[in-house]
Amino acid sequence: MRILVIEDDHSVAEFACGGLRESGHNVDHADNGKDGLFLATTEEYDALIVDRMLPGVDGLSIIRTLRASENDTPVIILSALGQVDDRVKGLQAGGDDYLTKPFAFSELEARLDALARRSRGGSGAAETQLTVGPLEMDLLRREVKRAGETIELQPRDFQLLEYLMRHAGQVVTRTMLLENVWDYHFDPQTNVIDVHISRLRAKIDKGHEQALIQTVRGAGYKIGA
Amino acid sequence: MPRLKQQLRTTTFLLTLRYMVLFFLSATILMAVINWAIGGYVERRADDAVEVAVRTFGGLYQLGGLKAIAPLITARQAAEDRGDAFYLLADRDYKAVLGNLPTWPDLQATEDGWVAFSFLRDDGETVSARGKVVALQPDGWLLVAREARAFGALEQILERAFVAVLGVTLLLAFSGGLLMSNDVLRRVNSINRAARQIMAGDLSQRMPTTGTRDEFDELSRNLNAMLNQIESLMGSVRHMSDNVAHDLRTPLTRLRNRLETLRAKATDAEIDDIDACLEDADGLLSTFGSLLSIARIESGASDEALGAVDLTAVTRDACELYQALAEEKQIKLNCEVAQGARVLGDRNLIFQALTNLLDNAIKYTPPMGTVTARAQPADDHVLLTVADSGPGIPETRRGQVLERFYRLDESRSAPGAGLGLSLVNAIAQRHKATIQLEDNQPGLRVCLAFPAAQAA
Repeated sequence: MRILVIEDDHSVAEFACGGLRESGHNVDHADNGKDGLFLATTEEYDALIVDRMLPGVDGLSIIRTLRASENDTPVIILSALGQVDDRVKGLQAGGDDYLTKPFAFSELEARLDALARRSRGGSGAAETQLTVGPLEMDLLRREVKRAGETIELQPRDFQLLEYLMRHAGQVVTRTMLLENVWDYHFDPQTNVIDVHISRLRAKIDKGHEQALIQTVRGAGYKIGA
Repeated sequence: MPRLKQQLRTTTFLLTLRYMVLFFLSATILMAVINWAIGGYVERRADDAVEVAVRTFGGLYQLGGLKAIAPLITARQAAEDRGDAFYLLADRDYKAVLGNLPTWPDLQATEDGWVAFSFLRDDGETVSARGKVVALQPDGWLLVAREARAFGALEQILERAFVAVLGVTLLLAFSGGLLMSNDVLRRVNSINRAARQIMAGDLSQRMPTTGTRDEFDELSRNLNAMLNQIESLMGSVRHMSDNVAHDLRTPLTRLRNRLETLRAKATDAEIDDIDACLEDADGLLSTFGSLLSIARIESGASDEALGAVDLTAVTRDACELYQALAEEKQIKLNCEVAQGARVLGDRNLIFQALTNLLDNAIKYTPPMGTVTARAQPADDHVLLTVADSGPGIPETRRGQVLERFYRLDESRSAPGAGLGLSLVNAIAQRHKATIQLEDNQPGLRVCLAFPAAQAA
C-alpha cells in the first residue's frame, strides 16, 4: 500500500513510518499540514494517517478539503488522549477511523487493513445475512446457526460475533472490539475482552473440530473458516 | 482554642517566657542588693540617733541632774508619735520613773555597750528594740532605745512596689509574647499552608512573600527557588521516562515483528521459546503504552475538551463488561448506581479509570468475594467508588501506590507494571477529582470525588 503520514510529532511519525515501511508499505511523511495537504491532493495514496493537531493547516481541515474535492482516500485520524470531541468531529469531517495516541503498532496495522479492504470491497448495501464457513448469522431474526444448529447468544455476545463476522478473515484488535461493541475508545490493558471471547468461543466452537475464532498473538482475534 | 494552644507552643512565645524568667531573676537580685544597701544605711542612721540622745542626756545630767533631763524626756515622748523610739528613766533599783516603757525590761548585752530587749506594747504586739543605758549616778538609770528593725516599714513599702512592678512586667511580657508569636505564627502558617498544598500535589503553588525583604521573605524566596528546581527536575524526569518509552517502542515493535517472522519458520521445539519472547515483548510494549498514556493525560488539553458524562451509564457499562470476568472468578460484582450522577469529563477516560479499578479489584479479591462499584451524587460532587473484599492496602502505603511503578507486592511476581492506579490518579487529576484510598474492612475502597457538573 502507498500511505501518507501527516504528523508533526517527530517520535510518533518515526514510530508509525518505520513500522509501516518494515511491513512492506510505501510511506511518505509530511510534518506540517500545508505539505501534507499538497502531497495528499497531488499524489495517489491507498490510505492517509493524519494527526488532528498540525502546524499550518490542521488535520480536520485537510480531510474536509479532500472530501470536498471528491477524494475518497481512507483516512485514519490520530489524536491526543483525552480530547473528547475529536472522534465525533473527526468522523463528521470525513475521517474513516480514529486512533488515540499512544497506540500500538499492531493496532494501526489492523485498522489500516480493515480500511483498505472496506474501500476495495465497497458494497455499501446493508447485509441481512453473514456467513463464515459453517457459521450463519441472520441479522433480522437475530439468529446464529452453526451447521444448521441454532446457538443461543446474549445480546452482547451477538454484537461481538457480528463484528467479528463482518471483518471475517481480518485481524480485529481488542481496542477495535471495545470501540465497536461496547462503544468505548481506549487501549484496554486488560484481559477482560478475552473473557468475553472465550465465552463466545465456548458457544461457537465447542464440540466442533474446526475452531472458527482464532487468537492472533499480540494483536487480537480473527474469525475465519 | 487550637490557635491559642498552637501559639503557646511557638518558639517566639517560649523565647519570651525564657526572657521573662531571666528578667524575674535579675530583678530579684537587684532588689535584694538595694534592700541590703538601704537597710544598712537606715539602721546606721537610727543607731546614730540613739548615740546622740545618749550623749545629750548624759551631758544634761552632768550639768543639772535629774531636774534637767526629766522635761526633755517628757517633751521627746510627746514628739514621738510613730512610737519607734523608747525612753525610760528608772531609780537605782530599776523601778520605772518616767518614760514610754511600762517597766525596766530584761536587757541582753550585745556589742559595744548596746543592749537588746523586747516588751509587750499596749496594742498587744511584742516589740524588739535595741538601745543604750546611761548611768545617772547616783540617782538611777536611763534607757534610750529604738525599734530593732527601723527599716521594717520601709522594707514593706519597697516590697509592695517591687511585687506590683514585677506583676505588671510579667503581664506585659506575656501579652507581648502572645502578640509577637501571633505575628510570627501568621507568617509561618501561611508558609505551612502553601507547603501542604504543594504536598497535596499542586506543584505550581509557591510560598507567599510580603515584599518586606525580612527573614521570612528570604526563607520563602529560597524555598520557592528550591521548588522551581524540584518542579523542573520532576518535569525532566517525567519527560525522560516518556521519551525513553517513546524511543524504545519503535525498536521493540521491530523486535516483536522479527520474532513473529521467526516463529513462522521455527520448529515445534523452538516455538515455545519464541512465544515466551513474544509475551515478554508484548508486556514491555504495554508498559510503555501505559506510561505514555499517563504522560499524555497529565499533559492533557484544557477543560474545554471536556463534555457532560453520565456517570450512571458509564458505571453500569463497566460493570456489564466485567460481569463475565467476575463470574469466571466466582466473585459477586455489585453495581449500585443512582440516577443523575453527571460530571464534566471525558467519558472514555472515566471508563478507562473504572476498568482499571475493577480489574484490580477482581484481581485481588479471592473467590466468593464481593466487588462493588457505586456511582452516587452527593452535595456538590459525585462519588465514584470501587470496593473489594481483598487484602486491602496498609494505610502507610496508600499514598505510594498512586506513584508510577510502585507495587505492593515487593517480589513483583504478580503480573502488571504498577501503573494501573497511576493511570487512575492521572485521570482523576485531569477531572479535578480527589482520589482517596480507604479501608473497606476488609479490602480496599477507592473513592473518586468528581466535582458535579453544573446543570446547564
